[in-house]
Amino acid sequence: MTDGLVLEAVGHDYDGVPVVGKVSLRVGPGELVCLLGPSGCGKTTTLRISAGLEVPRRGRVILNGRVVSGGGVHLPPEERHVGFLFQDFALFPHLDVLANVAFGLTALARPARRERAMQMLTQVGMGDYAGAWPHQLSGGQQQRVALARALAPSPALMLLDEPFSGLDKRLRDQVRDETLHVLKSSRVSTLMVTHDPEEAMFMADRIAVMRGGDIVQMGSPDELYNHPRDAFVASFFGEVNLLDGVVRHGRVVTPLGEFAAPPSLAEGSAAEVLARPEALSLTVSERGWATVLASRLLGRSSLVHLRVERDGMPACHLHARLSAGVTPAEGQRVSIAVDPARVFVFPGPNLP
Amino acid sequence: MTSSSLTPSSTAMARNRPAMPGRGWSVTVLVLVAVVSLPVLAVAANLLRPAGDVWTHLVDTVLATYVANSVWLMLGVGVAVAVGGVGTAWLVTMCRFPLSRSLEWALLLPMAMPAYVVAYTYTGLLDYAGPVQSLLRAVFGWESARDYWFPEIRSLGGAISVMAMVLYPYVYMLARAAFLEQSVCVLEASRTLGCRPWRAFLQVALPLARPAVAAGVALALMETLNDFGTVHYFAVDTFTTGIYRTWLGMGQPVAAAQLGAVLMMFVLALVLAERLSRGSRRFHHTTGRYRRLPRLRLRPLAAAAALLFCLTPIVLGFALPAGVLAVWTAEGGFIAALEGDFMVLARNSMVLALVAGLVAVAVALLLVYAQRLHPRPLVRGGVRLASLGYAVPGSVIAVGTLVPLTAVDRLLADFAQNRLGWSVGLLLTGSIAGLVYAYVVRFLGVAVGGVEASLGKVTPSMEAAARTLGEGSLGALRRVHLPIIRGSLLSAGLLVFVDVMKELPATLIMRPFNFDTLATKTFTLASDERLAEAGAPALAIVLVGLLPVVLLSRTIAGSRPGGGQ
Repeated sequence: MTDGLVLEAVGHDYDGVPVVGKVSLRVGPGELVCLLGPSGCGKTTTLRISAGLEVPRRGRVILNGRVVSGGGVHLPPEERHVGFLFQDFALFPHLDVLANVAFGLTALARPARRERAMQMLTQVGMGDYAGAWPHQLSGGQQQRVALARALAPSPALMLLDEPFSGLDKRLRDQVRDETLHVLKSSRVSTLMVTHDPEEAMFMADRIAVMRGGDIVQMGSPDELYNHPRDAFVASFFGEVNLLDGVVRHGRVVTPLGEFAAPPSLAEGSAAEVLARPEALSLTVSERGWATVLASRLLGRSSLVHLRVERDGMPACHLHARLSAGVTPAEGQRVSIAVDPARVFVFPGPNLP
Repeated sequence: MTSSSLTPSSTAMARNRPAMPGRGWSVTVLVLVAVVSLPVLAVAANLLRPAGDVWTHLVDTVLATYVANSVWLMLGVGVAVAVGGVGTAWLVTMCRFPLSRSLEWALLLPMAMPAYVVAYTYTGLLDYAGPVQSLLRAVFGWESARDYWFPEIRSLGGAISVMAMVLYPYVYMLARAAFLEQSVCVLEASRTLGCRPWRAFLQVALPLARPAVAAGVALALMETLNDFGTVHYFAVDTFTTGIYRTWLGMGQPVAAAQLGAVLMMFVLALVLAERLSRGSRRFHHTTGRYRRLPRLRLRPLAAAAALLFCLTPIVLGFALPAGVLAVWTAEGGFIAALEGDFMVLARNSMVLALVAGLVAVAVALLLVYAQRLHPRPLVRGGVRLASLGYAVPGSVIAVGTLVPLTAVDRLLADFAQNRLGWSVGLLLTGSIAGLVYAYVVRFLGVAVGGVEASLGKVTPSMEAAARTLGEGSLGALRRVHLPIIRGSLLSAGLLVFVDVMKELPATLIMRPFNFDTLATKTFTLASDERLAEAGAPALAIVLVGLLPVVLLSRTIAGSRPGGGQ
């Protein structure tokens, strides 16, 4: 029960500016949890607090059943036995690849140290580069060496700070895949920080969405994508069409149609309707109330820009995402069908 | 989401550590800062002491002269180094003319020349008995000094000229760096808006470089106030000569310290001016685009004028005096010097400079690393305070150092006498250790600057990586920082080494009895009018002084962001 990492009401500020409000979360043994949020939401600070690189002002950090921060205790990072993978990889420029990986293995005798480092390098597919220098490696290779270096001392917890953001897109997908495999096969508990929801969904068992220093919602990728708790989470996880409306008889009327309002919304209150572009399906119809403005093939799907005009409602601009190959012509009139499971209704922004 | 069943009893407590990490580092910093800043504070404290008879006497007789001479010196040197430094910097960075590339580094050469050495060589050249006046008399058939007028080099004007010749590189260096950093887009924008090159310089480039120029002038003026050898030799009475005379001649340490305190007010004004001018630098770069600087090709006549303008300070401030020293050394000084005490002098200078350099770099490393680990206001302020010595004249530091050293010596002597029954005399005062202490106080700022710049090479995440991989802060310093910044530590040490080799006033006041260095020997020989014999030790100082010039010229060549050299 007490294995892994537990944060209890952790809070922090820099020179009086609050960065982390009150964060509580748990990373179970072998679990991979992502902290996801826009820049400045306090996710990296939370990670650094877990590593012991920052001393939290409030709350406690418990690592494998041992209080490492809080209550007058602060265990420095070198005694926590955590692995940290940095955004810039932070390889030591004066040491070759093997020596970088062996850096944290001071407890072992020299031959064992070398053997363990080689084993880790081989595991990340860098066995042939043991004698190379960091500046001779590509970004992806540096990332793999950094991963091997962090994992070599068999840490109790791995902390990853935007580990793929320094790589270009194509390389990123590949390295991400390899990293997930290495982490899962070493069964280490992992807390990772990212601002990319797709990356979080790719890597994480569970995701904690942060905003303004607090966790807004935590759950599996499926829960977050399909049952967002509020408009912020919904729009952070993917593009949405945003429509305003008012609750009348338990329903919200929008240019896109009528949707059931959650019971918490009172009669007459403002509501926000968020519909994912893939919730919209189009049928060519001269009686449809939408006009195609532009239509673009994006590879796996195509995106259609629509102008919707209905009597008694302001005109609005919507996006529909269709499966590839379907690209209605510009100027065509279409009718729209909506999958209600991918439409979310939340209280409007102007609620008291 | 949160595990709920965690009570303190179910979690093993980590062993107790202070919740404020780094207290050890803070204490280390505070102790070091206290030791290093004690001399300066000791002098400053004299401002509050009741004025004695000697002080009243000084005020009545010489103080006005000291102030007037110091102000005139600063004014003259300030104007000369600003014009010379900015002019040469602009010409070599923005224009193309014969030799302009070589001049970029050659203009730094006069930095290797201590002002007092230049003063000796020009006196040798221009005195009544010197080659210039002898030649004039021979050519025109004049019989004696009454037959013609010749400028007196041993004067206030002479002191200004000599100091300007060797101090303008401070302005040159900073102004050149500022011109190189300026985005060429700003200059091109001004050209498209109808500025001719000369107007672009006056209205855009110069105002942008103003903080750098101000900083350079402030540094040059600090050196002017620090100078003792030149003004002493030229008999221009300033604070430094006054302190020397009041201390060693009149035996009045308190009055000397009070003079030092007044001198420090001048310095304080300069430091503030320099800080203020630096403070606004960050506003300056409005675009981040850098390209190869388009160098203006000068027409033949203009090119000749530019070449002449740039060559003058190099010839007057380096080539000519170095030539004179070489001649003196060759004319019989050299073998005699080797047979005499030259080797002893060289060894003394080397050992002092080496020890001071090592200690200064070690202290600087501890201070800067502590500041990096724990950037608290207290630690930062402490490091700033400890680096202030570079601005304080050597004579003031000597006076300030002797006050605490004498106090400690008295305590030690009393203790030995009363408890152990030994009579030990003064242990620290007038010892090598005391001298090294003074050097470290004076030059710690140089080392701190070097170490600070080099620690930037170790990114915060490298440091954090070492920590999470199980190294403590000292272990990380040893295994990560030190190997990466080793080269820069050497350069920082070299700068201190050379500064100590050249240092004159503090060495003169604090050296052990009958102990001479290259600098003090040069001074004594010149004061005894044995200029030719002073050639060899002076030349040795200059040669060693060339090392950091080489280093500097390499550094500034690579200073332009985005390459473009």
